[in-house]
Formats: sequence, C-alpha cells, structure tokens
Amino acid sequence: MNSAMMRVKVQRYRPEQDDAPFMQEFEVPYADDMSIIDALHYIKDNLDGTLSYRWSCRMAICGSCGYMVNGVPKLGCKTFLRDYLNTGITVESLANFPIERDLVADIGDFVEKLEEIKPYIIRQDAVSVDDGEHLQTPAQLTRYRQYSLCINCGLCYAACPQYGLNNEFMGPAALTLLHRYNQDSRDQGRDERIDIVNAEEGVWGCTFVGYCSEVCPKGVDPASAIQQGKVESSTDFVMSKLRPRRPS
Amino acid sequence: MSKRKPYVKPMPANWFMANRFHTLYMLREGTSIFVGLYSLIMLWGLAALVKGEAAWNNWLGHMENPIYIGFHLIALVACLYHAITWFSLAPKAMHLQKGDQKISDKPVVVGHYIVFVIATIVILGFVAWGGAA
Repeated sequence: MNSAMMRVKVQRYRPEQDDAPFMQEFEVPYADDMSIIDALHYIKDNLDGTLSYRWSCRMAICGSCGYMVNGVPKLGCKTFLRDYLNTGITVESLANFPIERDLVADIGDFVEKLEEIKPYIIRQDAVSVDDGEHLQTPAQLTRYRQYSLCINCGLCYAACPQYGLNNEFMGPAALTLLHRYNQDSRDQGRDERIDIVNAEEGVWGCTFVGYCSEVCPKGVDPASAIQQGKVESSTDFVMSKLRPRRPS
Repeated sequence: MSKRKPYVKPMPANWFMANRFHTLYMLREGTSIFVGLYSLIMLWGLAALVKGEAAWNNWLGHMENPIYIGFHLIALVACLYHAITWFSLAPKAMHLQKGDQKISDKPVVVGHYIVFVIATIVILGFVAWGGAA
C-alpha cells in the first residue's frame, strides 16, 4: 500500500442487478483531516460514479450520513480515517434498516414512528396568540433540553438489537422525542401519548442494552429517556387503578 | 417501472458476538441464570429447614460438595457483575436537577455503593452474630 493511500471497503448493492450486498475495495488518498464522507466523495468523483450514499451538511447536524463503520454506527462526517490506520475501514449501510442501494438505508419506518408519537406541543386549554408566548424558566428547560438535541440520524436504531429483532418496537429516538414533549412544561399531551409509552412496543420493548446512548453523536442519551418512561408507565399503571384517566 | 428491491439483512442468532458492547450486555443478562439457580437452591434449603433437622442436615451436606461450592462462587461473581453494571446504569432511570442544572451521575452511583457496603456489613454482622450464638 502506498503510504499516502488507504484502503476502504464499501458495501455495494445495486437492486437492478444484485441479489445481495457485497463489499468492494477502493484506495483513497490519506490525509489526517479526511472524514469517511470525504473518502466516499473521492470514490464517487474519481473511482466509481455509481456509488450511492446520503450526506448533506458535513457538520453533524443534518443526520444524513449515518453508516456502520467497522460494525459501529457512526456519522460519516465526524468519523475520520486517522482513527482506523491500524484496523482498516469497512463502511456499510446503517444496520437494522432495509438497504435501498449501496450505503443508502431505508429509514422510512423510523420516520413514521417519529410522527406517531405526536412530536409537537399539545394544549388542552387552547391559548390565543394575543395572550403572548408560553413562558418557560431555565429550570423547566433543563428537564428536556438534552432530549431535544436529537438530529434523527438513526444511529440509535442501528445500535438497538431489540429493534433489529422486532421492528414493531418504537425504538430509542422516537421514545426519547416522546419523553422530550412529555417533559416540556408547555405541553399538556401526556395522556394522548401514554398508550404508546405503555404498549409492549413502547418503553417495555426496551431491555436496557444502553448501546443507543453509547453511539449517539449528540449526547442525547436515549436509554435514560426510555428508563424514565418506564418509571412514568409504572406510575401511570398505579394511578390509573386509583383514578381512572379521562378518555381522550 | 420501479427498480426498488430493498434488501433486509438477516440478523444471525449469534448477533451479540459481533460487538463487544452487545456481548457484555448478554453477559449481564446471562447472570440472571445463576441468580435464578441460586434462588432455587435457597428455596430447597428453606423447604429442608421446614421439614426438620434430618432434611436440613442433608441439605447442608449437599452444600459441602465442591460442585455446589464452585457454583456458589460463580453465582457470587455473576451477582457482583450484575450489581456493578446496575449501579452504573441506575442514574439513567432518574432525572435529578438542582436549580437549572442537571446533577451529574456520580452521586447516584456512589450512593448505591455506599448502601451496598452498609448492607454487606449488616448481613455479615448478622451471620457472625448467629455463628457466635
């Protein structure tokens, strides 16, 4: 191997001609500041223009460039060749999602789940715009801020074996977003979301593997949101025996 | 016509061997087998105690068998491993904040270890007291 070059194995899958994905090896020029998506760009521009992969912002905020790098869910933009000099690099599409083409995973199921949890502020007592904004103290913000930093990249779904084994499970990011709205002092939609929390596919589908929090590129810690959801679900179970919920 | 043909990778039965984090998770969950077996042995001992002195002494005799002693040592290691992993995960189950700042995980973890040490001393104290009496 040329000292200035590095080998990168990339998963290929062309649905019109392949029955299954396979690995293809490329040699890319090495630089200390070269990220995985820089390497993929080099391949697409210089070696094989048919390579498909998602990317956009290059700064870990759009959540588009999630791949499995040596079996670990990573964002391509904040993962660098320099950290793989001794191990080599294998890039695959995000685990636990169907492969659409090459490195493009179909994350549609995840996006539908995000919609399902009603990720918006729900008010029981509608307030007029003329009454001004809903005020919130810094202490109230702290209760959910961490969970609002999710960029919907899907790395936590690729990390979650429970979702891999049964994708009926709502999964880390959707349950975290649900918890984020339930914890928001401006929101009054807890009763509308509690059935999702309580369901077998809700928080109880989680066995606290904890890898979601390990791979999260934004420090959101979905595992903590889900465990707190379990506390909420248990409390709701007891409370519903004492004081039946009003039908929503 | 659409050329779409999404490919779903099968999840192998030994999926947890491919990633160290998942392997340690399965090891953590696997400790429950030893804890479960230990509980059955304890129940067996309690049943023997209720039955009378002969049954109790018979159970005690079994417990001196190296196989049982070996099992108890393994079960102890399994319990300790489970406890350590649980203590490190415990802070995730609660949201603690002081004013507008989230409290770090450390006090919760340290609190668990303090209770663990106190409980261990109390139980060992009882055992020593029972042995002396």
